[in-house]
Amino acid sequence: MVTVTPTTTAPTAAPPNARRRPGGRPVLRLLILVAIVAVVLYPLIWMVGTSLKSQEEIVNNVGLLPERFTPGNYTAGWSNFDVSFGRFFLNSAMVSLLTVVGNGLSCLLAAYAFARLRFRLRGMWFAVMIGTLLLPQHVLIVPQYILFRTLGLVGGDWPYLPLLIPQFLATEAFFVFLMVQFMRGVPRELDEAARIDGAGPFGIFRHIILPLSRPALVTTAIFSFIWTWNDFFRQLVFLSQLEDYTVPVALTLFIDSTSQSAVGPMFAMSVLSLLPVFLFFVAFQRMLVEGINTSGIKG
Amino acid sequence: MALTTAPDPTRRGPGSDRAHAERRGPGRFRHSEGLAGYVFLSPWLIGLMGVTAIPMLLSLYLSFTNYDILTPFSEVEWVGLANYERMFTADPSYWHAVRVTVTFALIAVPLKLAAALGVALLLNRAWRGVGLFRGLFYLPSLLGGSVALAIVWVNMFNRDGAFNSLLSLFGITGKPWVNDPDWALETLMVLAIWQFGAPMVIFLAGLKQVPTELYEAASVDGANRFRQFRNVTLPMLSPVIFFNLVLETINGFQGFTAAFVLSNGTGGPVDSTLMYTLNLYITGFTDLNMGYASAMAWVFLLAIAVITAIFFSTGRFWVHYSDGEDR
Repeated sequence: MVTVTPTTTAPTAAPPNARRRPGGRPVLRLLILVAIVAVVLYPLIWMVGTSLKSQEEIVNNVGLLPERFTPGNYTAGWSNFDVSFGRFFLNSAMVSLLTVVGNGLSCLLAAYAFARLRFRLRGMWFAVMIGTLLLPQHVLIVPQYILFRTLGLVGGDWPYLPLLIPQFLATEAFFVFLMVQFMRGVPRELDEAARIDGAGPFGIFRHIILPLSRPALVTTAIFSFIWTWNDFFRQLVFLSQLEDYTVPVALTLFIDSTSQSAVGPMFAMSVLSLLPVFLFFVAFQRMLVEGINTSGIKG
Repeated sequence: MALTTAPDPTRRGPGSDRAHAERRGPGRFRHSEGLAGYVFLSPWLIGLMGVTAIPMLLSLYLSFTNYDILTPFSEVEWVGLANYERMFTADPSYWHAVRVTVTFALIAVPLKLAAALGVALLLNRAWRGVGLFRGLFYLPSLLGGSVALAIVWVNMFNRDGAFNSLLSLFGITGKPWVNDPDWALETLMVLAIWQFGAPMVIFLAGLKQVPTELYEAASVDGANRFRQFRNVTLPMLSPVIFFNLVLETINGFQGFTAAFVLSNGTGGPVDSTLMYTLNLYITGFTDLNMGYASAMAWVFLLAIAVITAIFFSTGRFWVHYSDGEDR
């Protein structure tokens, strides 16, 4: 799995201003926190700073920021390989956005079945789904590769199918679980009312669950996008042609060419590749941090 | 998972499905709903079979063969337990990878959780700046798993990197840490610890749940801050600590990207960053030794299952659930 580990803990019922114990030293704590922020942000600022240094400044100026801001690394990195980085970004965006669609659709359907419908073996299937939550993707990669290759989908006309097919089949159990938790919080009286009005399971899904599940869908979409955008392992395994590469796979090409002259362009492209995630962070900060903690429970 | 408090569907009031079903007599499942259930579940079921179950069985079978991707299936040779035998008795680099992975998890996970808990305790006061700090601390968890950040990290701990220029301020001459077999893995541990924000957010949510009365009672009884932390915070937080510990340990065992970037896919220098998953990748996709890689994958899965089981069986000795529910 990827870096972020949001969770569905119990609802935070405690009042926000609960804790005001005596004996704290606000100034001291603030100083400590600022120091930690400096340590945490240092690598990021250094990354951006280095990407804006000229070749000789990268060698001679070890400081955080460049003396003269030079955007040259960005243009150089963009066309550093035979295929432009624009192509890699398009590939990444396409894979990530289609993953968002696939996860949203397929996980929502499965979650509705688990949360609301009664059918034979539901308990067993639910237990199986929970069981796959902790299944490492590394365990499945070899046989999946063999299967997709046997089907002619690896390096095929459209090499992204092995990356996307699982996402349209609700294999990301985490999102199914998240949505089940969310749907359990939707009052069943709404279902009953719709049923009295003559709606069946499909009608209830369409008119009650789908519109009310929007917060869970948004959370799923954001995390799907970020995780897929950052994912490397599966993309490394399944993509073999340069023009099909996504951004993470393309970035590793810089490591191959170990020459010092590539550092600036490599940093510039690294910064660009983190930009979408950073923008998501800025736009959805509250949601990302509090997001899954609460949104799975609030109506 | 253990911590979730899903509303129990069987405990709902009148008008719930259960009451409804009971009114309808012995047939518990309405036919149309049972059918609809499977219609809605079908994508997941197909995925479970095609993407998870069948590949797992295939992988189990392959682990007893010498399959490489080049020979056709009809010529695959059954080798019995040879792959497992080789793994346990004749492959020093396998055990080296196990050692690297365990070392990484044993050091990085506790330090990461300690950092997460420490910062969460600092932030656990209601004041205006909390949201900003919490967001900034969480940012590395979003970025840290990417190739881009691993690239930055490797360069930061290289000879001319930011870390050495920082050291030189104190008159210390650094070295190219990432090229030193004694230090390369440590730089990856620091990268993991740097991403303490995600467990920190979970700790913060847990801290909010600790009733203030407990601290008041403790200070009435004369407990100082340390005793309060030891006897109130830690036990009340133990379910969240447990949750983070399980999750981060499992994640820690699966570290791949940063090790791949640092070593350019080799596990170097001198195999010092040969994480289990990287070793598996090299065996399966560089050496094309897919039968052997499948055996590795199964042992990995079993190891994770055993570790999780150990966590859960020891958890009842130190994890304290305050609501008295038996879980």
